[in-house]
Amino acid sequence: MEATVTTANNEKTWGGGHEIQPLGASYGKMMMWFFIVSDALTFSGFLAAYGFSRFKFIETWPLADEVFTHFPFMHGVSAPMYYVALMTFILIFSSVTMVLAVDAGHQLKKTKVAIYMFLTIIGGFIFVGSQAWEWKNFIKGEYGAVETVGGSLLQFVDKDGKRVALEEFAVKLPNQPEQLSRAKAKWFMESAETLPTYSVADVQAGFKAHPELLIRTEHLTAEKKKTVLSRAESEARLNQAKYVVEGANLIRNEYGSKLFADFFFFITGFHGFHVFSGVIINIIIFFNVLLGTYEKRRSYEMVEKVGLYWHFVDLVWVFVFTVFYLV
Amino acid sequence: MSHEHVSNTKRIWFVFALLSAVTTVEVILGIIKPASLEFNHFVGLNLLNWIFYILTIFKAYYIVWAFMHMEGEKSSLRWSVVSPVIFLVLYLLFILLTEGHYIYGVFKDSTIKWNF
Repeated sequence: MEATVTTANNEKTWGGGHEIQPLGASYGKMMMWFFIVSDALTFSGFLAAYGFSRFKFIETWPLADEVFTHFPFMHGVSAPMYYVALMTFILIFSSVTMVLAVDAGHQLKKTKVAIYMFLTIIGGFIFVGSQAWEWKNFIKGEYGAVETVGGSLLQFVDKDGKRVALEEFAVKLPNQPEQLSRAKAKWFMESAETLPTYSVADVQAGFKAHPELLIRTEHLTAEKKKTVLSRAESEARLNQAKYVVEGANLIRNEYGSKLFADFFFFITGFHGFHVFSGVIINIIIFFNVLLGTYEKRRSYEMVEKVGLYWHFVDLVWVFVFTVFYLV
Repeated sequence: MSHEHVSNTKRIWFVFALLSAVTTVEVILGIIKPASLEFNHFVGLNLLNWIFYILTIFKAYYIVWAFMHMEGEKSSLRWSVVSPVIFLVLYLLFILLTEGHYIYGVFKDSTIKWNF
């Protein structure tokens, strides 16, 4: 226990004495590094598992360019990459303010440390907020799709291969299953799952009424585009429809492989959780800076340690960005 | 502090500019996806993905070395942090991606249809 005690004026005391510092680092800093090693391996495990599943379904994996196409205040405009690029810049910039805070700490400039810490916290909040917005779009979906009895996903396109949303052609047939709810005095019959806006029959009827529509399967062609079926094939395929899929959840999603959404939620969620806890830790250290705790210690090493964690979060994002959005 | 600390602000902004530039290049390549890069393969991976992975490692190096100040640490600390990660990640990727590819083959060639 002795080693972990931090005294007011000498933070870097190991049990072995002042002069002995294994690996030339203080106890806290070294443990932060080793925590980062273990956390890096955790993330590597997740990303490798993502790679495993992607290799398994390499011919049917969704195309990121078609999934992440939203940008704030630009409705209906397909803008792949721009938003994640923006998020990446925000995180890199908050890393810069963090390292500037560490740098100011080395010179014992309290006000400067506080300002840079504050900017880092703001950057962190903007990033978490951006991620929430990204999740919202992902969960809500845009076009909707249909799942077959065999578990593959069918999407709808027009003659030019442009995606068509369900609401553009599906008809509302009478006597379709209705969402049961407590409000309708059916508490004992509540639906286990939320019903989609359209039933399978609605979609099939709408498809029949629109002869220009075609079906797109998950299969990637040699040009890395999804396969579009002929009208006759499309009709045959749609007869096997079992579910209407709108947006994404952990069971099925309108983008394609079920595992795609699961990994997206899990990995970006775990990263977002890291960012969020990083912001909380930054806030604690920020208040300590304001209170002059480190001024009294004559050492801003705590800022350096949370800085290490914060940069690690940025580091993970660099890999998540590549694996989910670029490759 | 045992070693004296001169302000590193200049280097910090330089690394920021570098990381931003690399990210911009990645985004531009990701949007236009040049066919010459996307459809030419080298050791089982297309050239575009090679570029993305190399640039990612490049960014990771600068984040760890400059921002996390790994360059100022003793080499014993450097190696004890970096080498286990590199070794284990390479091993993990090798085993999982190989197996993933094998299962892809099983699904593709077997008589049982898993998804139809």
